[in-house]
This record gives sequence, C-alpha cells and structure tokens, in this order.
Amino acid sequence: MGSLRFWPVFLRNLLVWRKLAVPSLIGNIAEPLMWLVAFGYGLGSLVGDIALGERTVPYILFLASGSICMSAMNAATFEALYSAFSRMHAQKTWDGILNAPVRLEDILLAEMLWAAFKALFSVTAILAVMAALGLAQSWKLLLAWPLLLLVGITFSCIALIFNALAKGYDFFTYYFTLGLTPMMFISGVFFPSDQLPPWVQGLAQALPLAHAVALVRPLFLDHWPSQAGFHLAMLLLYASLAWLLALKLTRRRFGV
Amino acid sequence: MDTPLFAAHALRKRFQDHTVVDDLSFAIRPGECLGLIGPNGAGKTTTLRMCLGLVRPDEGRIEAFGLHLPEDTLAIKQRLGVVSQFDTLDPDFTCAENLRVYGRYFGLSRQTLDARIGPLLAFAALDHKADAKPGELSGGMKRRLSLARALINDPDVLLLDEPTTGLDPQARHLMWERLKLLLQQGKSILLTTHFMDEAERLCNRLVLIDHGRKIAEGTPRALIEAHVEPDVVEVYGEGATELQNDPICQLAHRVEASGETLFFYTHSAAPLLQALQAHPGLRVLHRPANLEDLFLKLTGRQIRQEG
Repeated sequence: MGSLRFWPVFLRNLLVWRKLAVPSLIGNIAEPLMWLVAFGYGLGSLVGDIALGERTVPYILFLASGSICMSAMNAATFEALYSAFSRMHAQKTWDGILNAPVRLEDILLAEMLWAAFKALFSVTAILAVMAALGLAQSWKLLLAWPLLLLVGITFSCIALIFNALAKGYDFFTYYFTLGLTPMMFISGVFFPSDQLPPWVQGLAQALPLAHAVALVRPLFLDHWPSQAGFHLAMLLLYASLAWLLALKLTRRRFGV
Repeated sequence: MDTPLFAAHALRKRFQDHTVVDDLSFAIRPGECLGLIGPNGAGKTTTLRMCLGLVRPDEGRIEAFGLHLPEDTLAIKQRLGVVSQFDTLDPDFTCAENLRVYGRYFGLSRQTLDARIGPLLAFAALDHKADAKPGELSGGMKRRLSLARALINDPDVLLLDEPTTGLDPQARHLMWERLKLLLQQGKSILLTTHFMDEAERLCNRLVLIDHGRKIAEGTPRALIEAHVEPDVVEVYGEGATELQNDPICQLAHRVEASGETLFFYTHSAAPLLQALQAHPGLRVLHRPANLEDLFLKLTGRQIRQEG
C-alpha cells in the first residue's frame, strides 16, 4: 500500500451514500432492530434465561450481543457484494477511475474500507438504540467498537473474493444461502452452539463469525472475553488471507 | 521533427491464440492529432488500453513524457486525459460533482478544482447543466461531459476512443469543434475512430490498422494520393450493376461494386461521364477521392465481426 490514493475513491462512495443515506439507514438499522425486538422480547419471554458457562443471561441480551456481530457481517457483505459489483460491473465506475492515476489495488482497498465503514456505521447506530433500550450498558462496549470494525473488514475482504468471481448478481445468492446463513445458525448468534453436535461446533470454530461472537458477547455482559488473542488472531487471519485472495482474483479479472 | 510526446514501439498482444496487436509502432508529436483508424476488431481499443497500462503488451514498449510504462504508469496517467468508448460517468453525481470527484483522483486541490470546473463546463456547453445528473443529459451532452472530465487535470495528451460514436450530426459537429479548439490550445490527441470524415477533419496524421497490424501511415491527403485514384464516379439506380460487364468499365482505372452501387476510380473522369450520358436512367455522382475510399481499398468491403 503505502499510498493514500484509495482515499478519493473512499470519499466518492461516502459522497454518493450521503445522498442516499435515509433509505440505506432503514435497511441497515431498522431491520436488525425489528428482529431484535420481536425475537428478543417475544421469543425471550418463552425462552427465559440462557446459561452461559456458570452464568445465566436474559435471552434478549444473548441475542443482542450475537446479532450485532451478524449486523456488522451483513452490512459489510451487502456493500462489498452488491454495491461494489454495481460500481465495478454495471456502472463501470472502476473503469473510469482506472483511467486516472489510481491503481486497481487502491480501488479495492477503498471498497474494502468503505464496506467496513458502513458496517461500523450500522453497528454504531444499533448500539446507540440498544443503549437507549438498556441493553448495552457496560463501558467495556467501547472496545466492541473497534472489534466490530475488524468484523466488518473481515467480511468485506471475504465478500470481495466473490465480487471478483461474479458474472452477475445471482451468483451472490449462493454465498448468502450456502455460506452466511448456515454460518449464522451454527455460530451462536441465536442460540448457544454447545447444544450442537461436536462436528458442527468444530466447523463453527473454523469459521470467522463464531470468533466475532466470542469476542463481542462478553463485553455486553461486562466481562472480558477469554482466549481473546486466539479469536483476534483468527479474525485477522481470515481478513488477511481473504484480502490477498480478493486482490489476486480482482487483478485476474481485470487482466493486470 | 519534434521529439514525440508519446511513443509506442513494436507492440504485440496475444489473447489465447489470437494476435490482436502485431508489431505496431506509432508516435504522437506535440500539438498534433494522430488518428488510429481501422475496422471493428482491428485492435484499436486494445492498443489504447496498452497505452494506459491497463493491458500489458507481450512485447514492445511505451514511452511518454520521457517516462516508461509500466514502471511510471501513475506519473504518465497524471498527464493523460481519457475518453473511453462507453461513458463511465457517475450517475449519482451532478455534472459539476462528476468533475470534482474525478479531479480528486488526480490529487487536485479544492482551489484548483473550484477554478477549473466552471470553465470546463462552459467549454463543454454544459454550464446550464451544472446541477443536472448524467441521466438527464442527451448522448452528446454526456460525451462532452466525459471530455470535460478528461480535461480536469489539464492533460498534455488526450486519448479518445471513438468519441463521437452514436451521436447525431449536430452533436458530432460540436464535439469536433471542441476538439479543434483543444488542438489550437496546444493539446495533443490520439483518436480512434471508424468514421473517415472525422479522421479527415481532425487528424494531422493517420495510422491505419487492420488485424492488429499497421497497413498505412501518413497525412490524410498523402495517403489518399498514394493509394487511391483522384476521381471517383459513383453510379447507382436501375441497372447500375449491369454496367459491370460493359465496355464502359475500360474508361476507369478500377471498378468496385457494393450493393446496388458501382464505384469507378479514375485519373480523369471526363470521358467516363461523357459515356454515362448514354444511360439517362442512372444516377451519377462525381466526387474527389476521400479517406473512405482509401479505407475500403485497404481493408476491403466485407462486413467485420464486432470486435
């Protein structure tokens, strides 16, 4: 890297988003909150408290701490798949930028950081509402903020791999339906994963979302995460490998 | 002769088994408009993409402003302006914002952009459209906005890929007029086109390519003089094609048929025109040879696959 040439590209996306912020706000924030309220209070009244190790927590807090990771993942993924693909493929925005003194890797970096920024924006707004609902009270949650940025970065890097491979928008359905949705169910977002068969738990441990949840959930409960170094390392490993692969595949797509 | 601003030496590019550019060399001199002309699929766009470092040539080298591709790609692009074949304008931004956002890719300061955007919109005859989005513009306006955007960094060399394809005659004439203004201001232009009237009007020199190879090079006049007879008589109408086997053909140096029209190429049209008076049913057009005659002679009349 070592260059700030990605910045005008990032700024371009920010300026477009500023024009369309209100509808995108609804998609990114209102929907996850509706799920949280409906399932947290509705299902939570049936489920009662959840046992987490030797502690028990109200279901809504369990769900809030897991779904905030899912929101970061979804916001970053949507942006780095559909929106980035529109700019790259349909609108030819990238082609226009490449005629200026900006390299393909600068554009890709801008897209990656932009998708991560959108994830951060979404989770910040959701955290604010959670705080207003009394769900997010621990000051340790200040630490959740940079962690959720890392979650956004990780999933935008992964999504950019699929962006580089896609022939059309339909291709992304595979990634969502066969990748993200099952991962959501086994990673302890909605229910504790220790009820799942051991091999499923093992699979979840090999995927990034479980590590995000393991880092962020304790902060909601005013605890420090255990094995934080391991979980962080897993996310960083996913982010860096996915970035390198996305860069290689994007270069191949553009023939450079 | 001036040292060229931009020069390509012996470029060669293969995609799979197909050679799209083959031993192609050309140079753009300061202040000139060099036309790269050829049929669809001749390799024009690939050549332009190589000039921008977007496609790496298998062989050959490109130099500009004393710098070299690929190592100085960004420094070279800093001094180029590009209008690609298809508009890549930002649909969510107004005309003025399109220029501003694009100018930032060149690292231009707010002050520089403030000073340049108004005059560039005026140059593109879009000053009344500063706050309109590209979706509200006509085809000609969009192309002129693309041209204005390509000028935001005050480039020394403009690379224009078929800048008037798809435009109506009024819009094409306005575009040509603007490009001539730029040449008068001292800009240099590399233009690809398959419109021969465009090439003849704008270009000081032409490089004619086909199947990726250079087949002729020179000023439009010199090329026509070297390759085509000076007078052309076009004959069409009822029974025109039957003249192909008529002794009248001996009055021309060369005769070509295209659809219902016969083209007689000759050094002296008078006897031929005289003889054609015996066929009052035919329509006859006598004109000087032009670039299109040259183009068709050197690249043939058959239809090309879209390339």
